[in-house]
Amino acid sequence: MKKHQNDPDARLLTGNMKLADLLDLNYNLLGVLTRTGLRFGFGDETVEEACRKCGVNAQTFLLICKVYTFAGYMPSSNVLRTADLRDIVGYLHQSHSYYMDIALHELADSIERMLAPCDDRHKKVIWRFFTAYKEELSEHFRYEEEVVFPYVLGILDHVENKDFAIIQYEENHTNVEEKLGDLKNIIMKYLPKECDDRQISVVLFNLYLLEMDLEKHTAIEDDILIPMVNRLEDHEK
Amino acid sequence: MKSDTRKVLLITPSVVVAKGLESIFGDLGEFEVAGILPDVGHASESRLRNMEADVIIIDPTVFSYPDRKNGRSWLADNSNAAAVALQTTLTDDEILRQYDESISLFDAPTTIIRKLRTALEGRQETPKSEGEELSGREKEILVCVAKGMLNKEIADQFNISIYTVITHRKNITRKTGIKTVAGLTVYALLNNLIDVNSFE
Repeated sequence: MKKHQNDPDARLLTGNMKLADLLDLNYNLLGVLTRTGLRFGFGDETVEEACRKCGVNAQTFLLICKVYTFAGYMPSSNVLRTADLRDIVGYLHQSHSYYMDIALHELADSIERMLAPCDDRHKKVIWRFFTAYKEELSEHFRYEEEVVFPYVLGILDHVENKDFAIIQYEENHTNVEEKLGDLKNIIMKYLPKECDDRQISVVLFNLYLLEMDLEKHTAIEDDILIPMVNRLEDHEK
Repeated sequence: MKSDTRKVLLITPSVVVAKGLESIFGDLGEFEVAGILPDVGHASESRLRNMEADVIIIDPTVFSYPDRKNGRSWLADNSNAAAVALQTTLTDDEILRQYDESISLFDAPTTIIRKLRTALEGRQETPKSEGEELSGREKEILVCVAKGMLNKEIADQFNISIYTVITHRKNITRKTGIKTVAGLTVYALLNNLIDVNSFE
């Protein structure tokens, strides 16, 4: 995927448009809406008005929406200057909670329904794989929550931390998509014939949704969080 | 740039050596430097995996002395490119024999190119894999992977080289779409390649 700056399409998303129109443009933004703290019942408010009412930085919200809407969107450094790093960290944190507390639970429920007709041995094999994936993801988030985010917030408060720099995160930002891809392939291609097709589609739909969301989540970390922190680190020196 | 240029990855801590080789390739063509890694640390390992190189030129001293004899298999775990050792100091013959070729700092540019060619030609043992169904051998290897065996152990069991094992594994992943060992284990169990009861 080619990354490009200042995509003309990205300028279509502005603070003056109605929030309802924004969601109509890309329903994948529904998750972003709730995770940033915006509430439904916004009537005909514009993005800016709705954000102001809920205490959300409209520039940050729009930036996240652009990452979700335009494949390969790379914000320019000018755009990054208008975003609020605290809001980005807050959003990433909310997303972690969403994945662990909601998305994975919904996925697990759908997998349980799908596996209901299978024999116990097959159930066990797939559950064990799913559990390992969940643990891997949770470990990945825990590192960000316990090491990376406190470090970022520390820089904002000018707390000196000689033991860590964002480059360490950049280099160790592990890939958590492999197991998810495997799970997708296993479910799509190799499940026992007893499984109900409708239930399989539900699980696959959940997996695709999660995969897309995690991909955007990683893009926000790599293309927004890291460059913003890099700039701050240079300032601190 | 010609499309048939072979991509070379340099693993050397020396900028002088890297620039020197780059300039030789620039003059003589046929090869080009696709990347330079200064060490074999964690970050380099992941870059190595994501890089499509035809040949790797590596200074064996990037490995610590005790690791040096396992250098070639470390490379094989991360890439299936041909590997050429670059002698910057007196190096044990046993170390050099692991590699497909070895070049010295004092080799003439044309000699270096010739040795790189030899290294590439020597690496044609790649098992061909047709169709989308797993072959009998691929299934056997898949079972070993699922049981948690290392590439080296699998190579010994079937009396094939470690590179052949890696190629089989790549073909297995390409055909099944499954990348992780845990995922391959699920595949093997669901397809009754291993007995669920024996696997606990």
